[in-house]
Amino acid sequence: MGSGAGNGGEMDIFDIIGPIMIGPSSSHTAGAARIGRVARRLLGAPVEWASIGLYGSFASTYQGHGTDRAIVAGLMDMGVDDIRIRESLSLAREAGMRYSFYTIDELRDAHPNTAVILARGGGAQVEIQAASIGGGAIRVERLDGVRVSFTGENNTLVITHTDAPGVIAQVSSLLAGQGVNIATMQVFRTVAGGDAVMVIESDELPTGSTLECLRGLRAVNTVTMLKRLDR
Amino acid sequence: MTEYASIAQLLALEGSVPEVVLAAYSGEDDARERMREALGVMRESVREGMRPDLRSVSGMTGGQAAKIRPEAALGGKTLARASAIALAVAESNAAMGKIVAAPTAGACGILPGALFAVSEERGYAEEQLVDALFVAAGVGRVIAQRASISGAQGGCQAECGSASAMAAAALVQLAQGEKTAMDSAIAFALMNLMGLVCDPVKGLVEVPCVYRNVIGVAGALTAADMALAGIVSPIPADEAIDAMGRVGAMMPAALRETGIGGCAACKLREG
Repeated sequence: MGSGAGNGGEMDIFDIIGPIMIGPSSSHTAGAARIGRVARRLLGAPVEWASIGLYGSFASTYQGHGTDRAIVAGLMDMGVDDIRIRESLSLAREAGMRYSFYTIDELRDAHPNTAVILARGGGAQVEIQAASIGGGAIRVERLDGVRVSFTGENNTLVITHTDAPGVIAQVSSLLAGQGVNIATMQVFRTVAGGDAVMVIESDELPTGSTLECLRGLRAVNTVTMLKRLDR
Repeated sequence: MTEYASIAQLLALEGSVPEVVLAAYSGEDDARERMREALGVMRESVREGMRPDLRSVSGMTGGQAAKIRPEAALGGKTLARASAIALAVAESNAAMGKIVAAPTAGACGILPGALFAVSEERGYAEEQLVDALFVAAGVGRVIAQRASISGAQGGCQAECGSASAMAAAALVQLAQGEKTAMDSAIAFALMNLMGLVCDPVKGLVEVPCVYRNVIGVAGALTAADMALAGIVSPIPADEAIDAMGRVGAMMPAALRETGIGGCAACKLREG
């Protein structure tokens, strides 16, 4: 349960003295809460219904590690240091949120601490597959069936669109025009001309009007702004 | 901003060790304030962990720290308090309490045990404890970069061993020891726990983890005392760190947080 372990690269002193978190495990509790919270943020509305699949070590130790409570807490937008994680299952029921857990026996090429979450709320639906990769850090690996890769540690813009020539150029020039500096940009697609996802990490937070302009683009289906998760 | 990639560099840079660690921090927030917050959470987790009725989700641990009687302890009051605090924080973690991973959740009791027990005796000011946390953070950062702080990668030596070394250095800072003493304290603490495997029963951060926090803090106290007495470790801290990393790489998977070998393979006492 190494804090920040396995990420490689530079480690911050607050990855060493920290994170401040609800125990017992940075990977199985704190990381799990982050996965739930990313799903909640991607949905963009309070979660009304969720189906949560657990794979690998998540599946075999989730009760003792509170992985189930942590994911539900995240789905309710709680941070990793929120003491209400302990009671999140009853809090969710009181709030009228329905959820169910199942275990996944086989998941190809998946990290041993992986969750698959299908969440619905506010008339929308999102499905993510995400892994807890150590020290509370996570990586989203699938979004609505498309293979992706992002952590939620930076401001992240997720755009689903139809794969077509010129869409990427339109998005990047629109962001440049609004003064948003792109730090990283990844493009994923199922098949040529099919569903595609753009994941853009930026220094600045795009404004609401920028997001509206992006939504106005012809090939774009959804635009979601994921504000960086501090905790 | 001057970077350090080894304990030797960390100790060689001009200024006190807390100053050096703070100067190398690249975040834009107020690092001292964040460290004060961490100290506050540590203190609160001790209080929570001392509750006799505390129980983990599995029921395997909790409520044991409250049983330790410092006045009757064979090892003396400070060691008993350090043990009780380390156990309390580790048990609080197992019971889904709020803790500060230091460097990990599994080893979160060691640093609070060392700092608070010694401070109770000597009455250090809050800012001195914050300085000690910066020292621990700098040491942990070097260990994370050169070796590992993950039980799944390097066994318990990487978690409790690293925490013990961080705490030993923090204690030398509190006692205003020389930088050479800090190097030796880190080396002694790592030597003590070199090779320790990560073997959690049922894969949970409970048995033997909470008790290993106690041996981690005891090792930190004795390592710091030896170093402060002027005993020089024949092995420099960086050599001990690199050796710990290599030992971790040699460890079979059954002894790296998989819940298969070591204590995890033992039959538990009934009842």
